[in-house]
Amino acid sequence: MMSPTQWDLPPELCCRPMAFVALTGLDVTYNAIHRAIWDAFCANRRADRVPISFKVLPGDHEYPKCRTKRTSYEWYIPKGILKTGWMNKHLNLVPALVVLFYELDWDDPVWKEKQSECATKVEIVRTSLQGRNTKVAVVLIQKKTPLPPGEDLVASERAASLCNACDLSGKSLFVLPHTDHLVGYIIRLENAFYEHAQTYYYTEIRRVKSHKEFLNKTTHQLLFVRHQFKIAFFSELKQDTQNALKYYRTAYSLVHELRTHETNMLEIKTMAGFTNYKICRLCFQHNTPLDAIAQFRKHIDLCKKKIGSAELAFEHTAWMSKQFQSFGDLFDEAIKLGLTAIQTQNPGFYYQQAAYYAQERKQQAAHMCAHEVRYPTPDPLETLSGALDFYGQRAWRQGHQSIDPPDAEKEKVGIQALQVKEKDVPHSELIIALLSNAVAQFKKYKCPRMKSHLMVQMGEEYYHAKDYTKALKLLDYVMCDYRTERWWSLLTSILGTALRCSYLMAHVKDYITYSMELIGRASTLWEDQKSRIEKNLIKVLMNEVPEAEPDCDPASAKAAQALWSDRVSLAGSNRFTIEVQDYVPFGQFILLLQCKLHLYLKADCPHPVRFSKLCVSLSNQEYNQFCVVEESCKSQDILEPLSQENMCLVPGKTRKYSFKFVAKTEDVGKKIEITAVDLMLGTDNGRCVLLNWRGGGGDAASSHEAIQAARSFRSRGRVPEQHAQWDTVSIQASTMIISRVPKISVQLSHKPPALSNEMYCICVSIQSNEKTVAKDVKLTAGLKPGQDANLTQSTQVTLNGLEVCDESHPALLPDIAIGDLQPGEKVHPLLISDETVTIETVVPFDVAMKFVSTKFEHLERVYVDVPFLLMTDILSASPWPLHLVSSQLLLAPTMVALDEPQSQVEHVVLQTGECASECFSLQCPPVLNGTSSVASGQYLISWKRKSSCADAPVVTTVVTLSHVMVETIPLYVHAELPSFGRVRESLPVRYHIQNRTGLVQDVEMSVEPSDAFMFSGLKQVRLRILPGAEHEMLYNFYPLMAGYQNLPLLNISLLRFPTVSGQLLRRFLPSRIFVKPQGRQAEDASIAAA
Amino acid sequence: MAVCIAVIAKENYPLYIRSVPTQNELKFHYTVHTSLDVVEEKISAVGKAMADQRELYLGLLYPTEDYKVYGYVTNSKMFRKLHNSFTDVMCNPFYNPGDTIQSKAFDGMVSVMMVQAS
Repeated sequence: MMSPTQWDLPPELCCRPMAFVALTGLDVTYNAIHRAIWDAFCANRRADRVPISFKVLPGDHEYPKCRTKRTSYEWYIPKGILKTGWMNKHLNLVPALVVLFYELDWDDPVWKEKQSECATKVEIVRTSLQGRNTKVAVVLIQKKTPLPPGEDLVASERAASLCNACDLSGKSLFVLPHTDHLVGYIIRLENAFYEHAQTYYYTEIRRVKSHKEFLNKTTHQLLFVRHQFKIAFFSELKQDTQNALKYYRTAYSLVHELRTHETNMLEIKTMAGFTNYKICRLCFQHNTPLDAIAQFRKHIDLCKKKIGSAELAFEHTAWMSKQFQSFGDLFDEAIKLGLTAIQTQNPGFYYQQAAYYAQERKQQAAHMCAHEVRYPTPDPLETLSGALDFYGQRAWRQGHQSIDPPDAEKEKVGIQALQVKEKDVPHSELIIALLSNAVAQFKKYKCPRMKSHLMVQMGEEYYHAKDYTKALKLLDYVMCDYRTERWWSLLTSILGTALRCSYLMAHVKDYITYSMELIGRASTLWEDQKSRIEKNLIKVLMNEVPEAEPDCDPASAKAAQALWSDRVSLAGSNRFTIEVQDYVPFGQFILLLQCKLHLYLKADCPHPVRFSKLCVSLSNQEYNQFCVVEESCKSQDILEPLSQENMCLVPGKTRKYSFKFVAKTEDVGKKIEITAVDLMLGTDNGRCVLLNWRGGGGDAASSHEAIQAARSFRSRGRVPEQHAQWDTVSIQASTMIISRVPKISVQLSHKPPALSNEMYCICVSIQSNEKTVAKDVKLTAGLKPGQDANLTQSTQVTLNGLEVCDESHPALLPDIAIGDLQPGEKVHPLLISDETVTIETVVPFDVAMKFVSTKFEHLERVYVDVPFLLMTDILSASPWPLHLVSSQLLLAPTMVALDEPQSQVEHVVLQTGECASECFSLQCPPVLNGTSSVASGQYLISWKRKSSCADAPVVTTVVTLSHVMVETIPLYVHAELPSFGRVRESLPVRYHIQNRTGLVQDVEMSVEPSDAFMFSGLKQVRLRILPGAEHEMLYNFYPLMAGYQNLPLLNISLLRFPTVSGQLLRRFLPSRIFVKPQGRQAEDASIAAA
Repeated sequence: MAVCIAVIAKENYPLYIRSVPTQNELKFHYTVHTSLDVVEEKISAVGKAMADQRELYLGLLYPTEDYKVYGYVTNSKMFRKLHNSFTDVMCNPFYNPGDTIQSKAFDGMVSVMMVQAS
């Protein structure tokens, strides 16, 4: 904490005035009861308790003497506005009420003596307060709880007697029983005290007011102000803040009505400041902050020009600064009590303005107190009492109120003394404290730029105070804000200060960093300044001492030179790595194209820059070795840069560096990123600075420029590669490594569509067009994964063209090693070629089958032990000719072939749409009762494509034959007859009738006559057939007509099974026969006849 | 009359800034920059309440001791001339929006609005 200065407001002005009550007769050190009473008075003084300031004073305390009352003001000339001791006197010295505590019970045995002792004590207090309106009250501390009023006759009698003895009114005598409810009694007591105090202050106000009628406006102007101020102050003590505000306002306007001249300017301003402070404080207290602000503005406007003595102008700025500061404090305090401030109206502005005046003060002080003068003796600022009598007066002419100073010489010496004193004021400290207050406020009210601005000021102030470390810390902090907002003019100014700081501290690294940014394009410095800075930078790089920055204080610059010389001699610490993101004169851009990397560098500084090494770091560090440009050069070379050299950057020209490398196989699919770009300036033997850009580089302006360039419609003429337009280059700091499309051709030869179930042959021919050997070529063939599961299960792939696939073969053959593909030497990364073929599949043939009777009649069902025919039709649907190698019938056990079934379609070639049929004679053996249908078996067709090579595997397609209905019949009939007949030749026909039941069957049969035949044999017969036996009937048919003739119908009926109709049985019998015409003889005869 | 006139891009960097040459230029730059705090706050506050009826004239931004800073987001009489002139600049087919303003006509307009340096 700084010790209070002349300009600080006195604490008695800043506190909240409270009624002053003195407590006497309490021994708080040795008497426990008294201690408890005192504690109850002062502990827990919360807002709900009456505002009284208590003080324990001895019974014989001497109160300030009251001067004799003036009866006339006629010849009185006031010496000042307000005495310095007055406020304190009424706050702390002159009580509104003196309370005398006295231990006395109503039934005290020595009542008389005690009463007179008490009266004496009261008298002592009264004497000390001679002439004042201070009230006196007596509190009797009693051990017993009092009886309710009116019941204790002794008490009321003795109370009256005591009042009489002490000359007290009954209202001024109190009883404090020392019991459990002490606090309660105390609160009641202090409320009573408060009423007494208010009466006192009221009478005081009346007393001051009464002076008014004696005053005149010519000589007593000061008194008008003084009286209004006093009334206001007493009103405050009375807690009548509304009236207090009113009187302060009157006082304030009266202050400004005073005649002002150089000698009393300070006094007027001081009093105006005090009154203004009180007004603002009360306005905030009344929750009318706008009134407070308005009053303060008025105050500032009125006082701004009241500078006073020109030689002491710094006093005015110091006072102004203090006005703003104290208003800021009041504002802030009100906010803490619940007031809401806004962005454009917050205490920060007042602190900022206070800081501004403090800065002014500092400048004025520097200007006015520059001359070397010794502090005058005797001290003109010394007074007899050590303090001034009146606020705002000069020590060497106190009380002087006329226009001219009484003694010009004394005046001069006094001013000199003040100037010398001003020199010792820690101005920077004051300014920084105010600025940091303001920063805290602006931070709270969302003003980041204002905050930055103030921090810059703080940094500059630290610079002036020669605390360069702190200055740099602050400046560094805000620089980045200005950089991102692109306020180059402001950034340049900050950098200038920062550069001076780093110079004065001989901080090589910082010095280089700031120099770099200052000579870059973001800086708004003139070319000649940039040139000077760059020259210094080159000196630093050569391990020499740079020139002093201009505007540096000569003494400090000299010290800095020494520091720099030390740095130069100090070897070892000459390598610096500077992170130069955002702010380096050479911006840079990188384009990463596959494995070719372009690095663009451009210097914006006035002189060419030579560097010794340039390297790019990538996320995979193995590549870093390919991205380096290095050249050893001697340190002197820095000075003679050759513009055509590779390692030199010419201002304003873009230079492009290209690096190439081959991506590693393991990085395929990964992102390669440029992590950093390093540029080394200087050499290892001199000073060496490594500039490090993170990522793809660029500076603060470049990203914006890229956008602007993109928006721009300026024609971008073709420029030579080497001088690519800077703003058209955009940073691309990362790239994906992907495998390139291999120069390998894959040809697939096959003949779609594929036939289902076929071994579909696909020839893959792989040809490498690479210039180098493709190693470890692998082929993956098969069904594309992720298709229908059924498809995957039913498709098999094999590499062996002669083999037929079965379930054990997979649907996909991965990584078939093919080996190396010629020619060349280099190793190639993995190349992946993808080829997907969609193969249309068609069904090669349809197989249809049907059961027919021996008469080729369609059969719904077959009968046990009755032969029937199975016919199969193979209909080719294939676009390709099909070669049926063979076919085979695999019968189920429920079927038997009547002969050895042989394939009838062997080596048949089917064209599209052609059909091959086979016929097999089958019979069904007896089935168990109740069986209605039986399985027939499978039909195997072995086939291949006709077109496919001779050794292509034969595929066997299995067709499952359908079930067939089976029925058992009781009687079976079959006929035995020649294949043809001849007209008029006997045609024997044998009918076999078989009983297939376990019972004897009565059969009735008859032959119906026919026109085409004559016949012999039994025409109608009834016979009996034993179980399982067969009966044979022989007929001799004699055909009468040629051609197909219907045989005479044989009717059979079973007496036991009427359901078995002749119709059914007739199906087993041939219904007609071909009859040939008569033989040669007849022919001859007919010829002869002809 | 104005002592300093600045046109600020929406990204808060200066497109044009000019002050009375006799005074401390840097100080004006700081004043303009700090008043952007208020502009930013006002614009964001307006954006929240009613985006359509936004008041372009932002009024008095800062009650500084010596100067008054007024903000205007792109229509009031004092600013109409400036706005028209700015529109002319933007209409120039050779002006790339976002670049700093370098126009004699605009300079001339600003000079008329400023306190004449004596």
